[in-house]
Amino acid sequence: MKKLLILGAGTAGTMMLNKLDKRIDKEEWDITIIDKDNTHYYQPGFLFIPFGIYQPSDVVKTRKEFFPKGTNFIMDEVEEINAADKEVILKSGKELSYDLLVIATGTKPVPSETEGLDGPLWYKDIFDFYTFEGATLLAKKLRDWKGGKLVINLAETIIKCPVAPLEFAFLADAYFTEKGIRDKVDIQYVTPLSGAFTKPIATKMLSQLMEEKNIHVVPDFYIEHVDNENKKIVSYDGLEVDFDLLVSIPTNMGSEMVENSNMSDEDDLNFIPTNKHTLQHKEHENIFVIGDATNLPTSKAGSVAHFEGEILIENILDFMNNKPLSANFDGHANCFIETGFGKAALIDFNYTTEPLPGQFPIPILGPMGLLKETRINHMGKLAFKWVYWHMLLTGKSLPVSTNMSMSGKKAPKKEENKEKEEPQQEEVLL
Amino acid sequence: MDTLTINNAEIKVNEEGYFTDPSQWSEDIAIEMAKKENIDLTDKHFEVLNFLRSKHAEEVPLSIRKVGKSGVVNIKEFYALFPGGPLKISSKIAGIPKPVSCV
Ligand SMILES: Cc1cc2nc3c(=O)[nH]c(=O)nc-3n(C[C@H](O)[C@H](O)[C@H](O)COP(=O)(O)OP(=O)(O)OC[C@H]3O[C@@H](n4cnc5c(N)ncnc54)[C@H](O)[C@@H]3O)c2cc1C
Repeated sequence: MKKLLILGAGTAGTMMLNKLDKRIDKEEWDITIIDKDNTHYYQPGFLFIPFGIYQPSDVVKTRKEFFPKGTNFIMDEVEEINAADKEVILKSGKELSYDLLVIATGTKPVPSETEGLDGPLWYKDIFDFYTFEGATLLAKKLRDWKGGKLVINLAETIIKCPVAPLEFAFLADAYFTEKGIRDKVDIQYVTPLSGAFTKPIATKMLSQLMEEKNIHVVPDFYIEHVDNENKKIVSYDGLEVDFDLLVSIPTNMGSEMVENSNMSDEDDLNFIPTNKHTLQHKEHENIFVIGDATNLPTSKAGSVAHFEGEILIENILDFMNNKPLSANFDGHANCFIETGFGKAALIDFNYTTEPLPGQFPIPILGPMGLLKETRINHMGKLAFKWVYWHMLLTGKSLPVSTNMSMSGKKAPKKEENKEKEEPQQEEVLL
Repeated sequence: MDTLTINNAEIKVNEEGYFTDPSQWSEDIAIEMAKKENIDLTDKHFEVLNFLRSKHAEEVPLSIRKVGKSGVVNIKEFYALFPGGPLKISSKIAGIPKPVSCV
């Protein structure tokens, strides 16, 4: 029997397990999946927990309930991949050999990358909401908070779900308004980018929303350290922003396992250099990478993991059959942006096309408005939870095309006959 | 598309003043470009510029963090060499496109 190992049983790993289980020849291949524990969080729900919109119990299930019957599941931590010998070393000391490896170990916030961030004020006046623990503790904090300076800060430019910090700002505005204390809360959005978001057309729309909601954007701010004593964040060029409550999106990094395996990118963020079209590891042809663990130049999001999965399953089958890899990923991403008061916006883009206004076709619920705030988009955002548990994780196809479609999108005039291979990206890191 | 005349050379630049053809770059031109940003280039500056140019040639996307991990300078030193927006300013002087984020 040949061995296929999947590292990580989060969104992408679980989805690939289900897809592979249906399609591979089980006489020939044996699949094993590895993760540290048996708890699966619906991470997009972390956004709603601080504001009491979701309860902690809304976002937690076991990993096993999404596995096909008879799955080999090893609960252990991966220490290292030894690609030369085609083996994986686990924390328990166990070694597993493989013929084909799928890496789906994701990314997580690492507050210790910024001096003083996880210092004395951590989980007292400084919180993250990218973890279950952070989101639930922040909910408690917000319940009794009487107002003051709320600062939302992104430590780095590459983070998973890059719209989530904006959504947090919009939902905070709505939350304090509904509580009747919005006039006592000063909301600042402090970012290393040159504006509210990365791509120009979306940035324009989102900056306008920020202004309408009286959220002050501080751009080009690259945090160096947190001064716990004086409650301020300080940038590399000495700018300071005072806070009473700091909501941080700490540096997002891939698993330490990546570093131990000498597979990290040049940013030392532990994202794995991956072929952006085939999803094959850049150096090892029997290793494929999916989801947040890659270094692909697109968003790190559950929707992206889904589109990648549709491509990856074909390429893995090609690989198993000694055929050239036939499927090509275009960087497709599709994200709802919750804007508060029961509305949301939607963006849809890929490596070469930035988010554009227009309409997005979705059966039954749709069409949905692109780059505009609507109630239907908000319904879409809430429906995503059901879709996630029932379709995405189980590896089903969604009624949305895998490659981005221009149908319904309104391209600005000058773009129309421009040939573009390279991402026409725009924004700007300091 | 605009052109800049530096040391009698016609340099092609975009609306924001970034080179559109990195091969037009030379150290002498960099010195003149830097003067416009009120920077006197030292050997350390050139080490950074050469690092940026080599990464650009390899099509590696650039970030402040990457420069900080390059072994050439740390982030604080990078800010000290190119005050204001170090990556944007140094890329302009290095004759490469403005660095962009992709997501
Ligand atoms: C606040 C927030 C809001 C979001 N909102 C949205 C949204 O609205 N829409 C959307 O599409 N996406 C959203 N996302 C992003 C989405 O959750 C992720 O992109 C998606 O879960 C990525 O899947 P993954 O499998 O790559 O990583 P994960 O799902 O994070 O899985 C990685 C798994 O690998 C395991 N692992 C890591 N290292 C090891 C190791 N060494 N050994 C063993 N196991 C290991 C981890 O335990 C984990 O289970 C949001 C994320 C956050 C945090």
